[in-house]
Amino acid sequence: MAKQGDWVQVRSVILQPQERAPNLPSDTQQVPLVQWVKGWLQSDADLGQPARVRTLTGREVAGTLVGEAPGYTHSFGGHIRQLQEARMGIRQALWGKDEQP
Amino acid sequence: MSASEYQAVMGRRNAIMKSAVGLDYSNYESGSLAFDYEGLMAATGLSMQDVLAVMQDYGVGNTPLLELKNITALARKYAGPGRGARILVKDEACNPSGSFKARRAALSVHIAKRLGYKGVITATSGNYGAAVASCCAKAGLACIVVQECYDARGIGQPEIVEKARKCEALGAEVVQLSVGPELFYVFLRLLEDTGYFNASLYTPYAIQGVESLGHELATQCQGLYGQAPAAVIATNAGGGNLTGTARGMRKAGCDAPLIAASVDLSGLHMASDSQFNRKSFTTGHTGFGMPFTTWPDRSDVPRSAARPLRYLSRYVTVTQGEVFYMTEMLAVLEGMERGPAGNTSLAAAFAIAQELPWEALLVVQETEYTGAGKHQNAQLDFARRQGIDILTGCPKDQVPGRTIILPEHPGQLGVKDLDLARLRRSLISRALEGAKHPPEALDLAFLAEETGADAAFVAETIQQLQEEQHETT
Repeated sequence: MAKQGDWVQVRSVILQPQERAPNLPSDTQQVPLVQWVKGWLQSDADLGQPARVRTLTGREVAGTLVGEAPGYTHSFGGHIRQLQEARMGIRQALWGKDEQP
Repeated sequence: MSASEYQAVMGRRNAIMKSAVGLDYSNYESGSLAFDYEGLMAATGLSMQDVLAVMQDYGVGNTPLLELKNITALARKYAGPGRGARILVKDEACNPSGSFKARRAALSVHIAKRLGYKGVITATSGNYGAAVASCCAKAGLACIVVQECYDARGIGQPEIVEKARKCEALGAEVVQLSVGPELFYVFLRLLEDTGYFNASLYTPYAIQGVESLGHELATQCQGLYGQAPAAVIATNAGGGNLTGTARGMRKAGCDAPLIAASVDLSGLHMASDSQFNRKSFTTGHTGFGMPFTTWPDRSDVPRSAARPLRYLSRYVTVTQGEVFYMTEMLAVLEGMERGPAGNTSLAAAFAIAQELPWEALLVVQETEYTGAGKHQNAQLDFARRQGIDILTGCPKDQVPGRTIILPEHPGQLGVKDLDLARLRRSLISRALEGAKHPPEALDLAFLAEETGADAAFVAETIQQLQEEQHETT
């Protein structure tokens, strides 16, 4: 359970599929327009339950609690062999093969 | 939420924009398809000196113009005798928020503060969000950034996730959405609810901010090399980068040609949820570049101040694989980790330098910061997990959304020229569609300016379009 005052993330549906703009590609037309917002939880709530947050600019936003203490997990990714080969090839193209260790 | 509420908010868009931008666009309309573009640009009331002073105040600009000597030497290995221009790059990553967008943001935030707004909102998934957040931090204003970030599965494009992190690190609130053009509806509601300023990328303020970049690079070329550039290459998406740079160069007395470069994402639909995470570039690509070049007024303000077809003399595309490869080249030959999206123009420059004489200067007018999520390694790892094949071979054999092909050697880097006459014709056709009555002399002169073409081309195109319409009716 997340406590009042915790930093959390809420998810809400802004437009249901039938409310969406016309002329969308069919794959987009079939799914809702969804919003994610972070803020301070206004009263205790469990993950997956309705919740209300106060955002950094003081707005109150309602939604479903989807994240407690949301952080960042994006990275530089795993090894990409093709990039390694590109780096080697570029150096050799300018400096010549003999210059490589 | 309801469909009727959606329609009601969209119906109020002009009124909302008027109060959120501090400009009455109707003052510049002629009643016909033409409008007073220069009048709109002058509405800021700021001279170039004023603009440079604002940049100074926000710690923006005065970025170094660096000569890429090793990349130039490598390009010359593939060029004919006497060919291979000196490639220079404006290291815009040195701006506080890590990209040239700081220039666009500084002037907008300066105006917002001067007009007494308490906060600023911007709709962007790109570097501009961080730029606005950065300037708001300095100005002591609240900031909300609205971004299209996730697909329906809730999977975020790592570059956009990184932009969200950066905006939050700079003190902004970030509103994240799934894929769809109705982002504009959320944006309008936020403007209405908060009364904040709309730091649109397409106001005269934003574009005049970029003019400082063109002015600087022209002045630096003269000061460092005693000559004007033979050409300047700009990565093109919404057109503001190219428009502002060109206008600033002209104000510094430099009329060097401007070349636009975009990443070729042909075949991918920008509003498609399932294709959203099959792109490895979130900006600088043809998905924005083509529609905004041929119809600038699709932006979030009534009349866009970014009108690239007025200024560009050539428009080329490069592939995702080529830009990633060029980003590696910048790292391992010049010791600079930047981009990748901002290196679109650099990839084009490697090929175009080979067409120009040895003594010519070819200016790439931006770099951008790199980081987790943004970096080519992060993007290729993500693409691979989305089922996209990462290959080495001939980069032009790519199929956007299916394959990314890194060149086997630098000699495979090349550009593909877009047909400017076709783009001009497309703009004229779209302008005529929206016209209330047949074009008059004023409109013809306006369309010649809009397309960077002459009056004869406009007249001939209109006649062709009318004949085609006649045949189909």
